[in-house]
Amino acid sequence: MSNIVAVNGLSFRYGDRLALDDISLSVTRGSMFALLGPNGSGKTTFFRILATLLTPQDGTATIDGFDVVKDCAAVRRRIGIVFQSPSLDIHLSVAENLRHSGHLYGLRGGDLQQRIDAALAAVTLADRRGERVKALSGGMRRRAEIARVLLHRPQLLILDEPSTGLDPAARAELWRHLGRVQAESDATILVTTHLMDEAERCDRVAIFDRGKLVITGTPDELKSRIGGDCVTIRGGDLKQLAADIDAANFGPARALDKALRIETTSATKLAADLMQRFGERISELTIGRPTLDDVFIHETGHVFETSSESTSSKQKGRR
Amino acid sequence: MHAEGSDVIATDLLWLPTWTLCKREITRFLRQRGRIVGAVGTPLIFWLMFGGGLYKSFQLDGVEGSYLEFTFPGAIAAILLFTAIFSMITVIDDRDNGFMQGVLVAPVSRAAIVLGKVMGASALAVGQAVVFLLFAPLAGLRPGVADVVVTIGAMVVLAVGVCGLGFWIAWRMETTQGFHAIMNLVLMPMLALSGAFFPITGAARIVGWLMTINPMTYGVALLRCSFGGVAEDTASRIHWTLALGVSVGFAALMVVLSLITARREARQAAV
Repeated sequence: MSNIVAVNGLSFRYGDRLALDDISLSVTRGSMFALLGPNGSGKTTFFRILATLLTPQDGTATIDGFDVVKDCAAVRRRIGIVFQSPSLDIHLSVAENLRHSGHLYGLRGGDLQQRIDAALAAVTLADRRGERVKALSGGMRRRAEIARVLLHRPQLLILDEPSTGLDPAARAELWRHLGRVQAESDATILVTTHLMDEAERCDRVAIFDRGKLVITGTPDELKSRIGGDCVTIRGGDLKQLAADIDAANFGPARALDKALRIETTSATKLAADLMQRFGERISELTIGRPTLDDVFIHETGHVFETSSESTSSKQKGRR
Repeated sequence: MHAEGSDVIATDLLWLPTWTLCKREITRFLRQRGRIVGAVGTPLIFWLMFGGGLYKSFQLDGVEGSYLEFTFPGAIAAILLFTAIFSMITVIDDRDNGFMQGVLVAPVSRAAIVLGKVMGASALAVGQAVVFLLFAPLAGLRPGVADVVVTIGAMVVLAVGVCGLGFWIAWRMETTQGFHAIMNLVLMPMLALSGAFFPITGAARIVGWLMTINPMTYGVALLRCSFGGVAEDTASRIHWTLALGVSVGFAALMVVLSLITARREARQAAV
């Protein structure tokens, strides 16, 4: 299968700050691909470059063989972008928004109408077509956004943190629809996310951290790099407990938000040893298969921070 | 679904996006009653308050008729300017939410964004000014049909100029607060010194100079000439040909500057 996205040596600076550092990756046609990273990792900058909204200082990025800088008109016809901030006009109805968007892509008349019907059916919003967008729930609005970008039948759908602001039920619904859209079309779906469970749903994951591409692979490939299980411990004074575990050669114990985690090939034995040695200081001990969270810690050496606000995503750039 | 986009020639679209952006301006305006009330109501109230309040207090030098009558074309200019301001604030709002991003990632010429916004806002401005013409009898004015038609033409020229100016300013603004500051600093003095409220002939010399270099002065003079069916505006002593020439030139300049700004930002981002 050929690649729809090919990125080579891509770098981007906001002034002196390096937001993307020599990124190279490719995305296979027809796959669902996640750009996973904490806020400020550079994934939104990467997204904006692929969306033709920012121009990189170094490197190249092509979509379907077209350069995102030199051939941006050709690229724009091939991509459908769902932004974090809503792009629908809340004063217009769902159908009016879609008609407007179709016009932006040169679509009109009966052909446009058929595409609107199909796109609304794909996200099960056909019965809401006449409603003003401001009357829709957050989940419905996001689905209407997806319908909007399906009209010109893009080869590549790029979604920036699509479940931001959605409750768990609406998130599940959104992903169900994304899966359906992918199954019914040849489209490739590229999603930026800071949520592990969303990345787990994708065929391949690229982990970004501090402007660098840390690793790429299928979720299973990435997790298998840990080569064992993870023991997670909760209790009081985790800092001291981590130091004591390391001193007793059971570690290294990595500090998470409110827990310690140790990678091991013999989880049951380690759990028994830990309970015997530090039992009275441990309130909870669990053994689990590695998650992408563990992969992130394993590869970067630090915890996946999601609380701090991204500065790069706040940067504005127009072309 | 397969990408038909691949078969289309990779050039940016102009007229269909221009039309749809223009139509969207009008549709969303008609659904926001507050904007209609603000754009027509504010100048109407000020016109009635000042024109009515100063009805007999002032006899303007070189001006025949009542103050209410004198300020009627000025109130039209105010409506055009206010509508342009309110419409162009949406340029900043659209960029802050994702709407403008959605347009920017579509294969749309930057010219379509300028023309769509300016044409939409101009249509709204002229529409509201035409509604305001219905109040002419309150000032004792009874223009002929031909004068009304010519006045609407003058309104179009003036509307494109002020909307183009609004776009040119708004496109470069980061916040609506910044736009409000420019509005108070530049746009309101432009209206105040346009001859809308007092004639250039009776103004102090420096104010007279400012009025002479203010393009709005020629717009107001054009409205006075067309509405009154006269060749020269007695309050400014500007002939309609000069008023028309400057107004058309100003409108063209503002649209061109907006086009250049929208495209230049593209190049700056590409460096």
